[in-house]
Amino acid sequence: MSESNPPPSLPQKIRDSILPSSLDPQTDRERKLMVLDNIILHLHPTTLPEKTLQFTMTWGLGGMAALLTMILVVTGVMLMFVYTPSPDRAYNDILTLQTQVWFGQLVRNIHHWSGNLMVVVVFLHMLRVFFTGAFHHPKQLNWLLGLTMLLLTLAANFTGYLLPWDQLAYWAITVGTGLIEYLPIFGKWIQTVILGGPEVGAATLLNFYSLHIAIIPLALLGIMSLHFFRVRKDGGVVVPRAAGAEVEKKLQHVTTIPHLVVRELVVAMVMMAALLLWSMFMDAPLESLANPDVSPNPAKAPWYFMGFQELLLHFHPLIAALLIPMTALTMLAILPYLDPDIDGAGVWFRSVKGRVMGLVAVIVALIITPSLVVADEYWLDFAGWLPSLPMFISNGLVPLAIVLLGLIAFYDGMKKLFKATYCETTQATFILLLISFLTLMVIGIWFRGEGMALIWPW
Amino acid sequence: MMTTSTNTTAEDPTRRDFLKMAWVGLGGLALAETGLMSMAFLMPRVAEGEFGGLMEAGLVSDFPPNSVTPFNQGRFYLSRLADGGFLALYRKCTHLGCSVPWLPQENKFVCPCHASAFDATGNVLNPPAPRALDIFAVTIENGTVTVDTGTVISRDKFDPTQLVYA
Ligand code: HEM
Ligand code: FES
Repeated sequence: MSESNPPPSLPQKIRDSILPSSLDPQTDRERKLMVLDNIILHLHPTTLPEKTLQFTMTWGLGGMAALLTMILVVTGVMLMFVYTPSPDRAYNDILTLQTQVWFGQLVRNIHHWSGNLMVVVVFLHMLRVFFTGAFHHPKQLNWLLGLTMLLLTLAANFTGYLLPWDQLAYWAITVGTGLIEYLPIFGKWIQTVILGGPEVGAATLLNFYSLHIAIIPLALLGIMSLHFFRVRKDGGVVVPRAAGAEVEKKLQHVTTIPHLVVRELVVAMVMMAALLLWSMFMDAPLESLANPDVSPNPAKAPWYFMGFQELLLHFHPLIAALLIPMTALTMLAILPYLDPDIDGAGVWFRSVKGRVMGLVAVIVALIITPSLVVADEYWLDFAGWLPSLPMFISNGLVPLAIVLLGLIAFYDGMKKLFKATYCETTQATFILLLISFLTLMVIGIWFRGEGMALIWPW
Repeated sequence: MMTTSTNTTAEDPTRRDFLKMAWVGLGGLALAETGLMSMAFLMPRVAEGEFGGLMEAGLVSDFPPNSVTPFNQGRFYLSRLADGGFLALYRKCTHLGCSVPWLPQENKFVCPCHASAFDATGNVLNPPAPRALDIFAVTIENGTVTVDTGTVISRDKFDPTQLVYA
């Protein structure tokens, strides 16, 4: 604006006080100012390396998780206007919501599917960060924050699962919290505090509701802000490059507006369209009113915990519910502090060799895991073969030791066979465990029927 | 003050150091108190009229030997063994917590969730359940059987001292 202009009008002054910069920026300087002046846009840098815009680097997954959180907050708050967290009212409120509230079923569907989709998206986001080697110094803290948010996402879903108070909800939470009892020493106590009594009841519903609508969303939003702040502090997302290519020193930068913002909007709109379409045709499940007298057969935990429930069929509970998950979590948490060579940062699967080894790991996992499950179902009976030993050893430590030996053999064999680096071998082992876990989850969800016996789903 | 300087160097702490430690100590104390208060606040409470408390099951003569009678309100089974001894079995499966129905034809409890089975004393017939069904205390006075569902008593397996006789 030049000095000869007349003084701004009152509406113009008000507008300037809200958004000082132009909404239709013409120059790069104006584009950068607009990013700086806007509370939402300022999460971005004003410019960024052109290469990091590549969609097949991030797949937009982090942004999708953030958008899903916003959608969940909005639809969740809408549900709160209809829903009462008490066993006498909860189920009826859901019925009212679905039959008498305008768009009630749709809002519930969007909330339900967004919550489930969020678990998938957050998990995929973690995998993308791992497989592009984007967690090394200085990004270690953000990896830890991300892990925490994955746990919070699971906790949000798990606590929300109980709220409709139908048979599905009641027994999934009963079985899911039943795992806690197996934690040594404090297990029973922790379980009683979480449930607010000896079994799932009114106190549990109120506890879960408070966690679901206040504690978990607040924690999630707080950590998310820190996560975004750190992405910028750590110099933006990892710069993609082809396998074997040198790390570039001088990077071509472009302005965030329009280059990044347009891409984000496209991802957001495609995701919202898909979510809306899906929610219009697929209703969130609702079974009959919760009945503490009658357990359904089979009673399954929510799908994202089915991998652990499947483990529980094969190992002593202390191993399946505590040792294995805790070890996996600890390994994930210290991973960024262990990897010594960071050559792979920005290259999908570290290197060409890393890709081949990963493929081998996938094939091994797909053969070994189902074979072990079937073998354990029909032939293996360590508890019967070693009757003098306590169950914790015969059905716990013994099979665990066998699995661990197998893992060590795999690690060593792959390292020698491919003359691979530490990074590539760790990644192959990670893939082996990942695919095994996903296989267990698939078996638990679709291949287990009455009494948790193995079945064909069709 | 009680915040003594246990971890100072050989030199005497200056007044500034001392005050700093006092602040940290007091802050820690306040934090611990708040933590304990929050924990106490969150402790489970049993609401009036909800499950958990003394419950009259009936007269001794109502329960023939070798019978298992369900009490849905109290969430237990009153089991009377062949020798006349009483046992109140909590119906919650010790595996992951499903409600176990009594199957009179087969003379056992079978859990619908993961197929654990228990006999009339609550002992495990079939894993994955790791231990016998939990029990509640039974008292018999003037021929009336009363069960205290306020406290869950867990046990590894059945033993005859758990039985109560009229
Ligand atoms: C401020 C945030 C949130 C609020 C206020 C909120 C509120 C609610 C309410 C009132 C219900 C009960 C209604 C119903 O069951 O349909 C519910 C259910 C549910 N919520 Fe949330 N929620 C929030 C965030 C989340 C998040 C972040 C997730 C997952 C990532 C989530 C997942 C679920 C699930 C899976 C259900 C069960 C849905 C169903 O089966 O109907 N919620 N939520
Ligand atoms: S809960 Fe009864 S067998 Fe699993």
